Amino acid sequence: MGKDQHTDWDVLIKGLWRENPVFVAVLGMCPTLAVTNTAINSLAMASATFFVLVFSSLFVSLLRKVIAKQVRITTYIVIIATFVSLVDMLLAALVPDIHKELGAFIALIVVNCLILGRQESFAAKNKVGAALMDAIGMGLGFTIALLMIGIVRELLGNGSLFDIPIFGTSFEPWIIMILPPGGFFTLGFLLLLFNAVALRRAKANAITS
Amino acid sequence: MTEQPHLPPAPPVSPELPSEPGPGRLIATLGLAGFFSGLLLVTGFVLTRPIIEENKAEALKAAVYKVLEDCKSFEQLTWDGQNLGSGPTTKENAAPVYIGFGEGHRVLGFAITSEEPGFQDIIKAIYGYDPQLDQIIGMEILESKETPGLGDKIFKDVNFRSNFDALAVQPEIISVKHGQKSNPHEVEAITGATISSKAVTRLLQKGMAEWREPIQRFAQDMEQKGASEPNEQN
Amino acid sequence: MKTIISSSPFLRSDLSTPRIMWEVVITLLPVVGVATWYFGISALLMTLVCVVSSLWADILFMPSQPNRRWWGDGSAIITGILLAMCLPPGFPFWMAFLGGFVAIGMGKAMWGGLGQNVFNPALLGRAFLQAAFPGAITTWSAPGGGLFSLQGNNLALPFLKGEVVDATTGATPLSAMKFTHEVASWQDLLWGNVSGSLGETSGLLLLFLGGYLIWRGLINWRIPIGMILTVAVFSGILFLIDGHQYAPPQFMVLAGGLLLGAVYMATDLVSSPLTTKGIWTYAIGIGILVVMIRVWGGLPEGVMYAILLMNAVTPLLNRAFPTRVYGHAKAGA
Repeated sequence: MGKDQHTDWDVLIKGLWRENPVFVAVLGMCPTLAVTNTAINSLAMASATFFVLVFSSLFVSLLRKVIAKQVRITTYIVIIATFVSLVDMLLAALVPDIHKELGAFIALIVVNCLILGRQESFAAKNKVGAALMDAIGMGLGFTIALLMIGIVRELLGNGSLFDIPIFGTSFEPWIIMILPPGGFFTLGFLLLLFNAVALRRAKANAITS
Repeated sequence: MTEQPHLPPAPPVSPELPSEPGPGRLIATLGLAGFFSGLLLVTGFVLTRPIIEENKAEALKAAVYKVLEDCKSFEQLTWDGQNLGSGPTTKENAAPVYIGFGEGHRVLGFAITSEEPGFQDIIKAIYGYDPQLDQIIGMEILESKETPGLGDKIFKDVNFRSNFDALAVQPEIISVKHGQKSNPHEVEAITGATISSKAVTRLLQKGMAEWREPIQRFAQDMEQKGASEPNEQN
Repeated sequence: MKTIISSSPFLRSDLSTPRIMWEVVITLLPVVGVATWYFGISALLMTLVCVVSSLWADILFMPSQPNRRWWGDGSAIITGILLAMCLPPGFPFWMAFLGGFVAIGMGKAMWGGLGQNVFNPALLGRAFLQAAFPGAITTWSAPGGGLFSLQGNNLALPFLKGEVVDATTGATPLSAMKFTHEVASWQDLLWGNVSGSLGETSGLLLLFLGGYLIWRGLINWRIPIGMILTVAVFSGILFLIDGHQYAPPQFMVLAGGLLLGAVYMATDLVSSPLTTKGIWTYAIGIGILVVMIRVWGGLPEGVMYAILLMNAVTPLLNRAFPTRVYGHAKAGA
């Protein structure tokens, strides 16, 4: 039991850092680049993805014995699309302003390869508990990545954080950061940082071991 | 217990395995998934639809109230291809024109929504029109993706917005350079965002070219009938 | 025939690159001088800021070149000067510094260093600044104001807007043309007594320097000649069709950054095509794009985007019109 728990914990942690969906696997680039122009949008997008990922993994794992292999992708897509539509309706009902900002990108969660990837490579092969942990870890990793990009872009591009002005009125915003190129710049820069840290760690590990 | 598989997934499943399930099994799987999915979606739809509708109505109400000062209530008008009319609107006959009432059901003016391509994408706006003064009496941008810091001044710049507090519609709404407004029918463009400013001006031009006549006629009709409440005309 | 100049193996040869670079730097000094004459010490300081940041980025990103001297191969200095020359006189120095850094970092280092970049680094830096600070980069000050006075918002603190200075702001000839249909006199444009980017205003000087560079064989004459002729012919046709709506061709050639771009930016050996046919296509393409953006586009000036766009097409042109074998299989592959 204790060993099992440790494994589940490890499953969760790996999504945050070692197999971070954005910074390591570079999956789900469409929302990562398109709707991270403010921290709030990033958070909303990441939460929606988190919701879809967790529920899809739950159901795929529950039904993993029932689903015939030949139609598994179709079934996964049906399950994912169901939760995407649900989250779309929920956002429209609860936070209409954010829903308007995110627009079509909510619907595009269906084709986020991060979600389908987790179903195929993990949820379909593991027990419900592990699948849930994996989904939560990956979802959190995705959330952290999107938030980091969103925070950088909003700070530089608008001088604010979660719509609260940080730098005062005389701050000169870098307009480009909230435009599409800013998404690429920020992602590229963070990837650079992430890889530099990972490389340094790997080197340190190689020396100690 | 099981080793969690990493990115290259564990042995790929070949569809040519001997233990292939029959088509019945496949159809059953998909049917089941579809059924539950449908069930969930319908439930979600039924639960959220009233709230979404209410949000939309709320947003529209806020917009109309902003462009028609002191507005207490409003209703959407119908369009039969010739005339504006009041009465229940359907998808086919709804005009993008709203009549706004003030206290005592006094007609305050009309709110019109139009859209026009801007610098980046379609700009959608709602504006108030007073047929008696023949003036635009307020304008709100509903949707725009204009460049932050430049084009977005069409809804952030107070000076630009004040253009539309009392803008004459006749002889024609035109756009002039910043600081050169000398006639009531001129719109002062924003320096550095000429394209966006002109798009807004064009939006008003087109909207007025289309709806000024019908609104004038509708307003006169209402006056003649001496009705202080919306008249039922066919 | 000096056409061999334009092949990239020549550029990658370590011996001759610095010599060419220094010669170009020397021809750029008069441009800086004239800019200082018209816009005061701002021009000099702007150049200094851009050169320092370009060099710093160059050293930071490419420290391990063998036998590197502090100036590297000198190309970062050219990039810095060129970037400064295409900025408005009152542009905040801190933004210029950022621009120089981006020009080298994103315009050169990221691609693998000199000879590998697709875009002209200076223009890439300017494009970044244009997208990041669209307000500041379209605020122009008129020439004049004394040799030792600073223009506009030069001294704005990093990350901050400048104070709103009551400087004499002047519309550039091109934006005056675009928005109010005023055509500046060609004499003013020739001497450079108009508002605009630091180094672009004096047509006469740029024509002279262009002639010198062509005579020395440092730039390919087809590029500036092709660009200028295309702009003149295209805008001439438009002018004949409707003289009220469209500007006369001599105005289109002399106003804005066309000459600066034609002499110094489009001729960049790395980002222009290799073969004669490719070069003609490239030059004519830039000319057509310049006129199209100026006349029908949203912005008054289009030289920067025209050159960057054709930079992007250059690899295709090299493929469409491959070089005859020069001993380097890569060129024709």
